[in-house]
Amino acid sequence: MENTVEVDPRAAAVRRKSSAGRVLQTVRKHYFLYVLLAPALILTLIFKYVPMYGAIIAFKDFSPIKGIMGSEWVGLKHFEKFLSSPNFDVIFLNTLKLSFFGLIFSFPVPILLALMLNQVRRAGVKKNVQLFLYAPNFISAVVIVGMLFIFLSPTGPVNHLLTWITGEPLMFMSEPKYFRWIYILSDIWQGAGWASIIYVAALANVDPELHNAASLDGANLLQRIRHIDLPTIRPIMAIVFILAAGGIMSIGFEKAYLMQTSMNLPASEIIATYVYKVGLQSGDYAYSAAVGLFNSVINVVLLLTVNFIVKKLNEGEGLY
Amino acid sequence: MAVKHSPFDRFLLILNGLFLTVAVLLIVVPLVYVVVASFMDPTVLLNQGLSFRISDWSLEGYRKILSNPAMLRGFGNSVFYSAAFALVTVTVSVCAGYALSDSRLAGRKIFMTLFVITMFFGGGLIPTYLLVKQLGMLDTVWAIIIPGAVNVWNIILSRTFFKGVPNELREAANVDGATEAGIFFRIVLPLSKPIIFVLALYAFVGQWNSYFDAMIYLEDAKLHPLQLVLRSILIQNQAAPGMISDQLAMNELKRLSEMIKYSAIVISSLPLLVMYPFFQKYFEKGVMVGSLK
Repeated sequence: MENTVEVDPRAAAVRRKSSAGRVLQTVRKHYFLYVLLAPALILTLIFKYVPMYGAIIAFKDFSPIKGIMGSEWVGLKHFEKFLSSPNFDVIFLNTLKLSFFGLIFSFPVPILLALMLNQVRRAGVKKNVQLFLYAPNFISAVVIVGMLFIFLSPTGPVNHLLTWITGEPLMFMSEPKYFRWIYILSDIWQGAGWASIIYVAALANVDPELHNAASLDGANLLQRIRHIDLPTIRPIMAIVFILAAGGIMSIGFEKAYLMQTSMNLPASEIIATYVYKVGLQSGDYAYSAAVGLFNSVINVVLLLTVNFIVKKLNEGEGLY
Repeated sequence: MAVKHSPFDRFLLILNGLFLTVAVLLIVVPLVYVVVASFMDPTVLLNQGLSFRISDWSLEGYRKILSNPAMLRGFGNSVFYSAAFALVTVTVSVCAGYALSDSRLAGRKIFMTLFVITMFFGGGLIPTYLLVKQLGMLDTVWAIIIPGAVNVWNIILSRTFFKGVPNELREAANVDGATEAGIFFRIVLPLSKPIIFVLALYAFVGQWNSYFDAMIYLEDAKLHPLQLVLRSILIQNQAAPGMISDQLAMNELKRLSEMIKYSAIVISSLPLLVMYPFFQKYFEKGVMVGSLK
């Protein structure tokens, strides 16, 4: 109905004259749409934008009594404190290494799984394999880490096996050098199957005739995968990679915090867990908010950079 | 017509089968181990490993876990939080998605931008915490349900879905004199049951498995969801606070603590793992809808 009005030249003239009035009019006419939008909009303004404003405590000496407005400005004091603290190098590098290696090792696994699943010709078998591969995705971080502690404890089954082979148990959860491996491998264990879904679906859309023709031309299986399957999923790979690389500094708090023991802190303390401890456990709100803000700014810059690079490499196909 | 395979290809396919079998085993073996261990006498488990003799089995772990009031309360809390959260977040997001899908909504580009920005940038943990505290939501159910209720991803998904609903349907209803609300509630929503179901499923599972918000916002142990109770049992090694009444019981608990852990894992993961095969196709659909963007 609206469209007919839009095409009418007289209406267009009216619109040009008083666009503000027209906006008001459409709002009144379609108030129901605004009613539907309102809850999400209001909640977002309160719980997302008010905290963005609240983040200015990072530049203040925040005292709960004076409130956000009343507290005194201190400029970049908290940022300087963080950047010059002896913790900074360790925590920053821990965060970077954990997510960078996580990305490098986790990224190819779902792709490999999908390419392999795609070669399973019997649909029933494929479905059952998928059922198992996806299942760990539904296990909570608490349970995953709980299982890690049980399995990898000095008296647990893994060390049972190790002592039997090498005669010596390994202190998996207390030695810092194992932390990253355990974190990343358990991530792959839990998430790789689930992450393959999107690739599996894309591969299912490949025309079987293509494979047929290629094999008639003498292409072997590896060549067909390389020249037919891989190009099919390349755009998806780019998107998944951008999203993962952009989130590199926002690596999840939940699992890392659970895996921390007082012994493995030199490797397991990351920005997210540090913000939580300094802010909510020690009550140093302003400093902790500064660390958090520092992290989110890096994150945004990273996301934009990676998107830019992939756009260049991928013939103009980025995400934004 | 099937692809013809050369001997080299056939060799690769066999290798492929082997690798996939190994992958499945890597996932299944730890899970089966946990389930079997949860039934096993802890001394036997420690000394001999898994055993399949019925005399080495016991239900003691489950008896202890199921008689633990914190665990039961946590279970109940989690069911409530997850259901309430799923209801609120899906309602809020789907309504917004519908509004934003309608080209007659003036300013929808601005609104959309407002939502999308929050996906990539936020005030951070501390300012959010201070706000929730200031609103008096600490130690209330609201802290779990409200601050995270707007899920931008869900808004985008439902908006994409609603854009695909043929306009003729709405126009026909309009001609029949239906109001805007009538069109939404009686025509569009019934069509959207599948996507609403998928989003709700995701919200439920996400809430069920998370512990962070509860950890920072809920100090009162009575309000703790299952994951926090599990955390104290599995990771902080406080096997069931409140069950320890005397020294004897304490020693007994120590002996049983491994077994209690295994049973706790099974009990808490059971609901999701049991319902997962039935809902697998919906979960997969969720991923696929998400990739449309």
